[in-house]
Amino acid sequence: MSTDSRELEKLTGGDYKYGFVTDIEADTVPKGLSEDVIRMISAKKREPQWLLDWRLKAYSRWLKMTEPHWAFAHYPPIDYQDISYYSAPKTTDGPKSLDEVDPELLATYEKLGIPLKEQELLAGVAVDAVFDSVSVATTFKGKLNDLGIIFCSFSEAVQEHPELVRKYLGSVVPINDNFYAALNSAVFTDGSFVFIPKGVRCPMELSTYFRINSLGTGQFERTLIVADERASVSYLEGCTAPMRDENQLHAAVVELIALDDAQIKYSTVQNWYPGDKEGKGGIYNFVTKRGKCAGVNSKISWTQVETGSAITWKYPSCILQGDNSVGEFYSVAVTNNRQQADTGTKMIHIGKNTRSTIVSKGISAGQGQNTYRGLVKIMKNADGARNYSQCDSMLMGDRCGAHTFPYIENDNDTGQIEHEATTSRIGEDQIFYCNQRGINAEDAVNMIVNGFCKEVFRELPMEFAVEAQKLLGISLEGSVG
Amino acid sequence: MLEIRNLHARVEGNEILKGINLRVNPGEIHAIMGPNGSGKSTLAGVLAGKDLYEVTEGEVLYRGRNLLEMDPDVRACEGVFMAFQYPVEIPGVSNTYFLKAALNAIRKYRGENEYDAVDFLSLVKDKMKLVEMDPSFLNRPVNDGFSGGEKKRNEILQMAVLDPVLSILDETDSGLDIDALRIVANGVNALHNEENAAIVVTHYQRLLNYIIPDFVHVLVDGRIAKSGDKELAFQLEEQGYDWAKDLHQPAPEAV
Ligand SMILES: Nc1ncnc2c1ncn2[C@@H]1O[C@H](COP(=O)(O)OP(=O)(O)OP(=O)(O)O)[C@@H](O)[C@H]1O
Ligand SMILES: [Mg+2]
Repeated sequence: MSTDSRELEKLTGGDYKYGFVTDIEADTVPKGLSEDVIRMISAKKREPQWLLDWRLKAYSRWLKMTEPHWAFAHYPPIDYQDISYYSAPKTTDGPKSLDEVDPELLATYEKLGIPLKEQELLAGVAVDAVFDSVSVATTFKGKLNDLGIIFCSFSEAVQEHPELVRKYLGSVVPINDNFYAALNSAVFTDGSFVFIPKGVRCPMELSTYFRINSLGTGQFERTLIVADERASVSYLEGCTAPMRDENQLHAAVVELIALDDAQIKYSTVQNWYPGDKEGKGGIYNFVTKRGKCAGVNSKISWTQVETGSAITWKYPSCILQGDNSVGEFYSVAVTNNRQQADTGTKMIHIGKNTRSTIVSKGISAGQGQNTYRGLVKIMKNADGARNYSQCDSMLMGDRCGAHTFPYIENDNDTGQIEHEATTSRIGEDQIFYCNQRGINAEDAVNMIVNGFCKEVFRELPMEFAVEAQKLLGISLEGSVG
Repeated sequence: MLEIRNLHARVEGNEILKGINLRVNPGEIHAIMGPNGSGKSTLAGVLAGKDLYEVTEGEVLYRGRNLLEMDPDVRACEGVFMAFQYPVEIPGVSNTYFLKAALNAIRKYRGENEYDAVDFLSLVKDKMKLVEMDPSFLNRPVNDGFSGGEKKRNEILQMAVLDPVLSILDETDSGLDIDALRIVANGVNALHNEENAAIVVTHYQRLLNYIIPDFVHVLVDGRIAKSGDKELAFQLEEQGYDWAKDLHQPAPEAV
């Protein structure tokens, strides 16, 4: 290895800065998975029978499925009986205001730089903070209520809006879609629910911060967002996780539904604990995210910045069913040290004149492995469908890897698919150029990488883009000098 | 200001610089000429601190301090500027952002106030006039998609904004059309004063019609074969480097 790449490794060897465990008593179900555990979860949440039946059906499907291993990732087998499937902070009656929230929890958010109070006051962001599995703080409910917007925890939605939940749950990601989606369907504990009624543009960004906390507890979030005709919403999901020693499974499911002329923008900054430099203790992030452009002229846009997790397995996808519907996927994925990311998207063109755009930026440092895996499928009746894909990889140092698997299936002669891909090594020349202008190596790397990711960052809401850039810096840099 | 003594440097195990001696005083302009591959860019790179080059012998004093011990960004903050023979592209990073980061890094190092966006913009627009550069270049990514000549002009813009003590211009004239050559040379002259100095690497005497050097050095095979005043450049233009190479050949009995 040359001195230059060693220098780079030093630069990219930053420690995870968000590693701390909050000491809050958790109400945890014993480890292991069985029908009884599922009944217990469902009972604790006072769920209706149909939902319990739905969970049990998912469980029976899951039992017959096998863990997928096609992703470009290597990890020891997961013992599903060694995971605790339910954990909730002891304060069971939800707080009515921030004053009622456990001060320790608030302190945790302060450490993360997410002061709820400040957000409430300054940013105008309604925050549905998910701590472990149960929502503990929801703000701006009143304002949203006036517009008929529903933004609440998933459990609350089950109680308050069962007809909506029942109508849409599993309509985009069926219970037997894949191994992890089936597992999630059986055991999910909480998450977020959003419904934007006809013709309403949600006036503020809706935001949820997730956080894994209890030792040995799996995290199975369920998010469902429905935008009715002519409605629009921008949703932000961000998360960081405390330092820990044990691998943790995170298998979330997110479903988006856009009806006629509706728009959903879903932005993620993912920073789960990536493990130490040897890869020990990181989160396994096996997520199913899918949106359905069910209506004509609808649009779903995914933007993700993935900097955390030991293993990421995630393909936010769009089913472009309505004519003229639009799907977008903008992604930055960073892998450092021993991190592995296998991420990408599927754009399924069903309706006529449907359009999709894919912009993927993969950055590998240390011994990180970064895979883009994407499918663009144009169905027989999707006349005039168009896709543009751009997949760029950047390598830092000479022990990391980048891999690109763009799959294309075009069953319609009028379909147009355009694909561009580049792989570059972060130039020692670029770093030296910055140095020669007085910019130190750490700032130089940060600048170059942020430049590389610009097309994705500009899709993020402003405050989120700033946070994302900071995170990117934290993930790639560290102690220089 | 700069004192190079018996400087030897290697690239990938090959000795390229074989004992350079050079003294540059404040207010001076030195031109370095010499055939392709003779080590001109190597010398510039060693002074700027590119770690591709390994210094095996000799020393370099810059304002009385050991230059070779400083990290490249520290050298820049201390006032050493190199205009690159091949300016580097940084996609996605705007010229303004880059320049402001550079200027503020240097000012911070010197314990000066950092520029805010407004002050910076007025400074940079001012300097752009000097090199007759269109303000639209400010929002474009650093050197990305710039023509060869535009890149060179951008180097001089950076020099103008950063206001260095010692500027090393590595073939800044190559690839410039005749108007651009004049503009760049005027820019360099306008920035020159009694306190700073420049080392100008060039292949062409015509640049020296605009930037009048106090000294001309001919670098051949890693050594300065001959030094003189600007007349030396004319001689080289007429007679070629072979003439200078011969000068450098040691007498047979000395071998
Ligand atoms: N990275 C490298 N690996 C191997 N050899 C190198 C490397 N960089 C430079 N060299 C060699 O060092 C010698 C001097 O190169 P240098 O770029 O300093 O020449 P120069 O005088 O600037 O030439 P030119 O007029 O063409 O710009 C050349 O023989 C070149 O091939
Ligand atoms: Mg050269």
